[in-house]
Amino acid sequence: MIEFKLPSLGADMDEGKLLEWKIHPGDTVKRGDIVAIVDTAKAAVDVESWVDGTVQQLLIDIGDKVPVGTPIALLRAPGEAADSAAPPAKSAERRRISPAARKRAGELGVDLVSLSGSGPEGAITLQDVEAKAAATTAPAADRGAEMRRAIAAAMSRSKREIPHYYLADTIPLRAALAWLERRNAELPVTERLLPAVLLLKAVALATRRYPEINGHWLDGTFRAAPAAHLGVAISLRQGGLIAPALHNVAAKPLAVLMRELADLVQRARAGSLRSSEMADPTLTVTNLGEQGSESVFGVIYPPQVALVGFGKVMERPWVEQGQCVAMPSVTTSLSGDHRASDGHRGALFLAEIRQLLQQPDAL
Amino acid sequence: MDRASLRTLVIDSLRKIAPEVEESALRDDRPLRDEIDLDSMDWLNFIIGLHERLQVDIPEADYRQLVSLNAVLDYLAARMHDGPPSAPPPDSEP
Repeated sequence: MIEFKLPSLGADMDEGKLLEWKIHPGDTVKRGDIVAIVDTAKAAVDVESWVDGTVQQLLIDIGDKVPVGTPIALLRAPGEAADSAAPPAKSAERRRISPAARKRAGELGVDLVSLSGSGPEGAITLQDVEAKAAATTAPAADRGAEMRRAIAAAMSRSKREIPHYYLADTIPLRAALAWLERRNAELPVTERLLPAVLLLKAVALATRRYPEINGHWLDGTFRAAPAAHLGVAISLRQGGLIAPALHNVAAKPLAVLMRELADLVQRARAGSLRSSEMADPTLTVTNLGEQGSESVFGVIYPPQVALVGFGKVMERPWVEQGQCVAMPSVTTSLSGDHRASDGHRGALFLAEIRQLLQQPDAL
Repeated sequence: MDRASLRTLVIDSLRKIAPEVEESALRDDRPLRDEIDLDSMDWLNFIIGLHERLQVDIPEADYRQLVSLNAVLDYLAARMHDGPPSAPPPDSEP
């Protein structure tokens, strides 16, 4: 029997409230399937299964708030026989439920299978149904305040625990922007790339040579990540910030990254992300874009060990072959965790990003 | 399409990206990206939205013309009337 635990939802989220089950006892689940939707301070998160199996029992009810790591369901491993000793799966048919409660559940779309009853012999009452419906549909009490608290906790922990060092380099982007302009001019509007995609790809590729920038500091030691899952800092319109992962950035073509980035931003702003996106960024990138400041020195999101910041892309006076020219450029910064890397290697990492951005057609 | 309908359509496209936009609070002659907090992804989605609704493909090189809501309306009206700036209008152009 596999205990399916509520997975990590990122360093600043230590609990979640069950909004909806996507599985029922008897269902077959594959790795990556969505098993539940859980509300956190920052978003409603689609919880993905990390195993294959068959659902034996659901252990928590809609509306329950549980800490990360709590067993929320029991699954049978593939090939494992149904355990007759285990408590029987809940079934709406076999449970006591008042006719009024059943009717109301139908009206409100409440799933009786995942409901526990408070009436005699566990019977589901009208109140149970209405309480669950309210728990499912009620918005987070004050998402803004909760998000502020979550950010405060993670950033305070970062500044308490992580000895940050900071580096910056202004990188010329003439070649990259000219390449982008030519490419975008040939394509329909729906396939245009943003400069951000080139920057993300360059960062991910640079981590291959400087693995100590990409990973996590856990239990007093650095653990390099096998791939670059870049946490993309996305500001939310109502205020606040979220940095879900864009997966395997180094391995993907720019057009794919652009589609995935657009989808990630759209879902982050709609408040619908996947648990893997919340849990596994290996290096955060913050990009202030066209309207932002010239440079940014970020606070590392623990347990990550670095953050790369891009300021606004702008023309700057630039000396080239003894002449002063106007050069489109971006100030790139690295906030590094001094426990995991040193400034010298950090500087080489930034130089690698610079180098990669001079050959955009190779990205 | 008259200008008022076009304005409504443009504001509707903006609101898909920035739901907080209030039509009455928007000043048509001010820099649009100061009036509404639009990052580069928002802007691209706005351009894609206009493309889907009006079948007008706005080249990147023309973004700099689209400084205010008035400028966007002028640009769209001209493009819908004349077709693409540097290409012959398609046969189906009204």
